[in-house]
Amino acid sequence: MTVEEMPMQEVASILSLADRLDGVPPAVKAGLLAGRKIALLFYESSTRTRTSFELAAKSLGATTTLVSDKSSSIEKGESLKDTGLTLRALGAECIILRHPASGAPFVLERACGLPVLNAGDGMHQHPSQALLDVRTILQRLHLAGRPVEANLLAGCTVAITGDIRHSRVARSNGMLLPRLGAKVLLCGPVELLPEEAASLGQEVEIVRDFESALARAQVVMMLRIQRERLAGLEFDLAAYIDRYQLTQERLARLAPNAVVLHPGPMIRGLEIEDEVADGPQSAIEQQVTNGIALREALLLRALGVEL
Amino acid sequence: MSDLLIIGGHVIDPASGLDQARDILLRDGLIAAVDQPGAFAQIAGTQIAGTQISGPQITGTQVFDAKGLIVAPGLIDLHVHLRDPGQTYKESIVTGTRAAAAGGFTSVVAMPNTLPVNDCPSTLAWMLDPARKPLVRLFAMPAATLGSLGLELTNFEALATGGARGFTDDGKPILDSALMRAALLRAGRLGLPVSQHAEDPRLSNGAVMNAGPMAFRLGLRGYPAEAEASIVERDLQLLRDLVPTEGVHAHLHVQHVSTALALQAIRRAKADGLHVTCEVAPHHFTLTDEAVGHFNTNAKMNPPLRSKDDRQALLQGLADGTVDCLATDHAPHARYEKEIEFERAPNGITGLETALGLALRVLHREHGIPLSRIVELMSTNPARIGKLSQAGTLAPGAWADLTLFDPAHEWTFDASASLSRSRNTPFDGAAMLGKVQATFVAGTRVNPAKLS
Repeated sequence: MTVEEMPMQEVASILSLADRLDGVPPAVKAGLLAGRKIALLFYESSTRTRTSFELAAKSLGATTTLVSDKSSSIEKGESLKDTGLTLRALGAECIILRHPASGAPFVLERACGLPVLNAGDGMHQHPSQALLDVRTILQRLHLAGRPVEANLLAGCTVAITGDIRHSRVARSNGMLLPRLGAKVLLCGPVELLPEEAASLGQEVEIVRDFESALARAQVVMMLRIQRERLAGLEFDLAAYIDRYQLTQERLARLAPNAVVLHPGPMIRGLEIEDEVADGPQSAIEQQVTNGIALREALLLRALGVEL
Repeated sequence: MSDLLIIGGHVIDPASGLDQARDILLRDGLIAAVDQPGAFAQIAGTQIAGTQISGPQITGTQVFDAKGLIVAPGLIDLHVHLRDPGQTYKESIVTGTRAAAAGGFTSVVAMPNTLPVNDCPSTLAWMLDPARKPLVRLFAMPAATLGSLGLELTNFEALATGGARGFTDDGKPILDSALMRAALLRAGRLGLPVSQHAEDPRLSNGAVMNAGPMAFRLGLRGYPAEAEASIVERDLQLLRDLVPTEGVHAHLHVQHVSTALALQAIRRAKADGLHVTCEVAPHHFTLTDEAVGHFNTNAKMNPPLRSKDDRQALLQGLADGTVDCLATDHAPHARYEKEIEFERAPNGITGLETALGLALRVLHREHGIPLSRIVELMSTNPARIGKLSQAGTLAPGAWADLTLFDPAHEWTFDASASLSRSRNTPFDGAAMLGKVQATFVAGTRVNPAKLS
């Protein structure tokens, strides 16, 4: 539901399970959730997260069904509670939920009692994204396999830049990374980054100037401007691009060894330049690939299956 | 109507300056006399004829033994939503006033956001018709503007004749300054308050909880304190300007004040001698925005639960007299309406049955506010604001509306046993102090639980 209350031991076991799953032969994997039913309930469009969860479930042998708000009784006004009860009555044992309303997974879990995996809820949380981001950071910083504990990322500074106000990815990472010892710099203009964002975690600091954040970072995470959530906010895009775009020039000058992450979808030419997105410092595709094993691990955990 | 003698209780009636053991004689629905303990026994059969009181051994059904109880003028709630007419699946006048009686309230003032909106004399008359069978006294504040749309004032004069206790578009503010000025002026000439829901929606677009760290963590949009304070400041300025320009000391009542900022503005205006009063809801002095927790829709209301600092400021205002009264903003909703996504869930919680228990626990026990001040906040002052001259006191001639409660009784609120039709409360299982033992309206004990 949220990374906020996820015990460190859980984070550790999920990351280690994901690593081990990468080494399991497909045929063995396909038996792990054979005959199990998993519902994907998507109230918001998604490419990466939906496909990743779906492929993860299928590679474990589960039967999946996708219910989206556009082609279901949700359009006729069926509530989230009743949708959950219906999926449960159809035999779903776990529901993966993507929803535009913050906190929707709690409503669903309270209503149907099934394990709910939060695939992104409003501006609240995107736990599987934060976990796959950690996984990617550990791989890139050659820390994979080390014990996951409170000082694992000590000395590592992660600059999260962009539309933090509307970003569930920023919230999940801002809560999870400091617990692993990382320093998190939140960077953006005040319209997209309110002062209270610093309360996400202990080692979270607001840095308005992108270049000074960049100069301190080992990991740079860029976020998209969420036009769909701006809610009438007046915003000068040209000025934003000028101040906050991750350009090849800035990267080479200020953070030549930093790892570049983006949870997607990215808008090339806005928050990030082509050359950076496709360049050697980019771990963007690696993030996506890492998501599958990570979500396989989440599904096994949700359904109580051990490897 | 027969007489009733309430003996052995500790009477708290700030309006009469009483805070001591007293016996009270009720006759014909009014307070007949208040005297020393045992005084009525001494004079039984002589001055007070036909009371069947004979000697110190008082017996019979017309005597209520209030030993160990506080005897207070009946509690008054200036701010309730009874959902009747139009939404009786949430509440009705009968069920809402039942909950009121159980909570010790003898008078309630219904807000106008019913279906249809209470914005004309005929709807007001329907609501106040005895045929609605309220268990306690029912009053109403009709809408200040037609349909509460904020465009055109209702007929204040006709509504006042029909019994309006003030005018309000509760749930939304009267945003247009010229219209608010006109409302204050017309209501002021009638001697009635304009009761304002202070919120500038231009500053709270899409807001569902208090703005601050908690809202940020939950990914919810927040109401800034300024959205409340800016309307209060604007209204106070209008009030100030009406004195020299129109010679009218209009009365502004600020509903459910929730922020330190707005309360400070009210405190200054009071010091300047403006006729402004305000109410605070029990949930705002009991809880903070942390209570939203995992998106608990029963912690969602407007104005929202605020920060620790705001709560402290309200407690200070309740203690020092800046806050005039408590009001529950009792706002029932059906279970299915609250069991949805937090940002889509309707605002509001029930409050009639928990107000006294929270006031005694939080204000009296935890913050040392004397019981007499609590009676003032829950009876004396709301009577004055609502222009209920025969309520809010136990002086002879007043309505025989009384609330008798055991101030030491600790109990736990069980929402499933609520007499309201709805259960949307964040206080299910919460500790309460002070239990209502009897509620009298016009000299007759109300038994809310026994109603069929």
